[in-house]
Order: sequence, then C-alpha cells, then structure tokens
Amino acid sequence: MNLAIRDIRYHRGRFILTSIGLGLLLGVVMSMGGIYRGLFADALTILTITKADIWVVQQDTNGPFAENSRIPEDIKYRIKAVPGVALASPLSFQTIQIDRSDKPLRFFLIGFDLNGFGGPPVILAGRNIRRKHYEMVVAQGMKMEIGEKIRLGLHDYTVVGITGKVVSSSGDPAAFVTLADAQEIQFKKDNDAIRNDRQRIGANLSGMQTLSPAQANYLRQNIAGITESTHTVNTVVARLAPGANVHEVQERIRRWNHFRPISVEEQTKILTKGMIEKARMQLGLFRMVLLVISAVIISLIIYTSTLDKIKVIATLKLIGSRNRVIVGMILQQSLLMGVIAYGIGYLLILLTYERFPRRIVLEPFDLQLLFAIVMAICVIASFVGIRKALKVEPAEALGG
Amino acid sequence: MANSMYAIEVENLTKIYGKGETAVIAIADATFQVKPGELVAILGPSGSGKTTLLTSIGLINEPTHGKVIIDDTIVADEGWVSGIDLKQLRREKLGFIFQAHNLIPFLTALENVMIALEINRLSRREAKRRATELLISLNLGHRLNNYPTALSGGEAQRVAIARALANRPKVILADEPTAALDTENGKNVMDLLKKLAVENHSAILVVTHDRRMVEGFDRIFEVHDGRIAS
Ligand SMILES: Nc1ncnc2c1ncn2[C@@H]1O[C@H](COP(=O)(O)OP(=O)(O)O)[C@@H](O)[C@H]1O
Ligand SMILES: [Mg+2]
Repeated sequence: MNLAIRDIRYHRGRFILTSIGLGLLLGVVMSMGGIYRGLFADALTILTITKADIWVVQQDTNGPFAENSRIPEDIKYRIKAVPGVALASPLSFQTIQIDRSDKPLRFFLIGFDLNGFGGPPVILAGRNIRRKHYEMVVAQGMKMEIGEKIRLGLHDYTVVGITGKVVSSSGDPAAFVTLADAQEIQFKKDNDAIRNDRQRIGANLSGMQTLSPAQANYLRQNIAGITESTHTVNTVVARLAPGANVHEVQERIRRWNHFRPISVEEQTKILTKGMIEKARMQLGLFRMVLLVISAVIISLIIYTSTLDKIKVIATLKLIGSRNRVIVGMILQQSLLMGVIAYGIGYLLILLTYERFPRRIVLEPFDLQLLFAIVMAICVIASFVGIRKALKVEPAEALGG
Repeated sequence: MANSMYAIEVENLTKIYGKGETAVIAIADATFQVKPGELVAILGPSGSGKTTLLTSIGLINEPTHGKVIIDDTIVADEGWVSGIDLKQLRREKLGFIFQAHNLIPFLTALENVMIALEINRLSRREAKRRATELLISLNLGHRLNNYPTALSGGEAQRVAIARALANRPKVILADEPTAALDTENGKNVMDLLKKLAVENHSAILVVTHDRRMVEGFDRIFEVHDGRIAS
C-alpha cells in the first residue's frame, strides 16, 4: 500500500493547489531558460541567415552588430579580388523607429545588394525585391501585409514580400530594402540639412581671399559630392571559394591594415559573449533565486505535512513499521509534488511560449537538466520532514 | 529459563523517569504473569503509572530495572536486552489499542487493517482477504471503504481492534480503550475484548480508570502510585 499516494489523495485539494503554485514558479524558471536560448538564437539570426564566412568591418571595431562600423562600399571589389574569396557583398544595417497608427514600430533595416547575397532568407508570401527602389520585404514580426506602404526618410516604401522570423540581435523584426535605398535612408540628410551645409560651405569658400571664383566653384562642387556621399556600408560579407582556408583569407585581408576581417566563429563570440553574457548571468541569477524559493516552499510544505502526521507516524512506529516505510512516504510525496509541479510548469510554457513578446526556445537538454535539479531539490527539501519524522517516539501515539 | 506457560512475565519491573531530585518512580517493583487467553484489567487513578506499565511491556518505554519476557523472549533485563529488534517483536507479537482510535485518517477502514498486515510482509491480496474477513466478523462489513471520519466512535474503535488483532498477536495491550466512548459503546468494546481473549487465545491487558468497565475480567490489578496489588 502506498501511503504517500493515499495521503495525497485524501488531501488532494491542498496538494493540487501547492503543485499549481510550484508549477507556476517552475514555469517561470523554464521560460527564463527559454528566453536566454531565445536571446542566443536572436543574436545569431542575421549571422546565420547571411551564410557568410567572413565579415569585413571597420578597423579596430567589433562591428557591425556590437559596434558601429563604416566602410566604403567599393572595397567589395578589393575583397572579391582576394585569393580564396568567391563572393563579396556589401550590407547596411540600421535600427529604425517610426510611428505607425500611433504606436511605435521598431525594426531593423537591412540593405543588401540585389546582385549579391545577404537578402531575405526565404519568401513566405509575395516576392523578393525586383526594382532598384522603394520596395521592401519584411519579416513576419513586422505584422505588415503585402501592398502596405510606410514612409522611410524621404520616400514611401511598399511591402512586396514577407520573409520568416528574421530579427536583429536585440530581437527587433527585420525589413529588407536595396542597398541604395538603405544608404539613402541612413546617410542622406534631409533636404534642408543639405541646403544648410551647402550654404555654410559656400560662404566659407567665398570668404577665402586666396581662391579665385573658379577654384571656389570647383571646390564647392567636390565638397558637395562628399557631404552628399552615400556610398558607405557597415560591412562587406564574403563567402569563401571551396577549399579556401578562413585564416589565410583573413590574413590576406588584414594585410591591407585598413579593415578587420571577422570570421563567423569570432562574430559568434562577439555576439554571445559580449552582448548577451550579462543577460545570461541575470537570468541565471533569477532562475537560481526561484529554484531556492521552490526548495523552501517544498520543504515547508513537506515539513508541515509531516507535523500534521506526527500521530500517524507515531502509530506506524508503534505497530512496528520500518523507518523505510515512513521515510519513503515523505520522500515520495516530495518527489511527486516536484513531478506534478514540473508537469504543470511545462504545460504552461508549452501553451504560452509562442505568445511571449520575445522568442522562447525550449531546449530538451535544458528541460531535462531542470527536471533533474527539481528532483534533487525535492530530495533535499524532504530532509527536514524526514528528520522530524525519525525523531518521533512511538509513545507519542498514546493518549488523547 | 522462561516458562512457556505465560504470554507476559514481569519481574521486579521498575520505571523511574528523570534523575536525582526530580526523579519520578512511575512503576515500582512490579511482578506478575499473564497466561494466553487471560483478560487482565489494570485499574487505577490518573497518574498512578498504568500507561507506563503498559508501554514498558509494549516495548516502547525502556524499563529502568527488572525483567520483561514476552512469549518466552527476554526483551528487558535491567534495560533492553542488546541486539533485540523491538520493532519486529511489536509487529509480530503485540497488538495495540489506543484511547483515541489512532486510525490513519487518510486510509479507509479496510486499508487501516491491511497496513498492519502489510508491514508484516503479507502480500496485498492476502492482507486484503484477511482484513476483510476480520472486519466482517466485527460487524463492519458495510464500512470497509469508509474513512475514519465517517465512522462512529464505536465503529472506529472496532476497526482499531481489528488492526490490533490482524497479526494474531500473543499479547494485546489496550490503553483506556473506552475513554472516548459512551458507556454503552464502552461496554460493547470490553465485551468484544473478552470474547477475543478466549477465541484468539491472546493475553489481553486493558488499562482503565473506570471501575464499571472491568466486570467479567479474569483478573484485576489495582495500581496506586506505581505499586501494583492484585
Ligand atoms: N515521559 C515522562 N517523563 C516524566 N514523567 C512521566 C512521563 N510519563 C509519565 N510520567 C509520570 O509518571 C507517572 C505515571 O504516569 P502514567 O503512566 O502516564 O500514569 P497513568 O497512565 O496511570 O495516568 C506520573 O506521575 C507522570 O507524571
Ligand atoms: Mg495513561
């Protein structure tokens, strides 16, 4: 006869309530693990979908995700010419926040070369960008429909296609436009600012006595060209030719000493170690605190339920029960509570994780590890109850 | 050498609680024997040492001095005999009946009896068979699946008696088994014990402070301040 189960069945209301409470706690613990894995997956999404082997960025930066990086677009030709590189393509990234129907819409705009790579990984609806200007492919997370328009910079952009779950390293949904459009949005100042600049430079040049009017005019045109230049990108990504060695290619690019070639491995490290390490530690700390709270709750519940059973335990001892029977009863209750709470927590997460604002990734390994930890907690938490039970004297069964 | 004539033998049993100034002599130099099938009452006022005597014989309260022999096994001789498994002896040789029935609240009447059999390693099926039979013989056939809270005081005490009898013990020890019952139910319980002593050939030791309850007993020991007179 299993005393643990009989007791639970008799006090099922109390047991179920406690298990639900614990289940909620464990659900939060699981979701925190899932959020961390989600952060990880988000951080690496663009790195993964781009399928580049080397990310060429500005010298001395950890760009283009962790730090700002600006390089001239035309180095793509030089990169492509490096032995071992099969393809090179420029990319531009920027975070944009606009108001759409009175709500802020924050997204990550990726500009890519229509003749290169780094564009939308899949097209779930509509089509990819075909025209050079004012077309856009958005991630599902943007919640936009084909044909919808939004104003970015000086122009309206029309959604022509929907891609999958592409997000920036901070979890914002992504949108793709052509590189030229992205550069215009990112670097071209609005018309007023350009006019102001021109006037200011023009005035300065006119004030220079040593310049002839012809020289001043020539300079003015050239300077205007620079101030309006949009031929800057954040990175040039490269794919290697079959059989090429990443380190050798990196070394060749590094030799010019003007740009930093970052391998995928290094970029992964920059994204995970640098950018989400703190979040990991914080989530880990919360998880530990919640698990400690769970342990305290379980031991309190087990302890009070043991106190409730002092007379039962004394009677069992008096009629000759082995200690194993009594220890087993308490331990099994604790474990059962853990198993049920874990099940409730798991069910909760399974039903809700798709609705979380941030991505939750449930790794079987994490879940199994948590289960083992919960079981260990249950065993440890039952010690106080077991200790109390072992101290009960059979004589306590006597009397009123 | 122990004499197999007796189920219980007590020789110069003394129990002293505490030490020095605050020491209480709860039982002083008790000597008596009880034969199988004998129904013995221990009568005395509150605090006279009845429970102490019962628990010393019941192997849950270590005697300070003297001998206790249960069914030819010397269990105490100036303290517990070393190497003796008190729990096993309690399981196999003793049955306990309490003032409050002490049924396990989360087990049904049937399960409360079965548990006593299962701790003696009886199979579940055999335990169920024997417990059912026993409860039916005590007119509790309609109460098998009731929890203790659903039973009347008399019914609960009869289930407790069934539990004490389950392993057919040589010795049954009852501490104020009628104290929580009204007179009529109390008398019924005592009548049942009388019948069982004869049928089961068990030695039954019943502690009570109520003189009206002990008529028809084979012997009555009166206890005053730890001293026994028969
Ligand atoms: N565990 C104990 N520690 C100290 N004194 C005790 C203990 N149990 C009983 N006594 C004392 O021993 C005496 C006999 O008690 P008890 O055997 O319970 O008497 P009864 O059952 O007849 O009421 C009383 O004076 C009581 O106070
Ligand atoms: Mg008493």
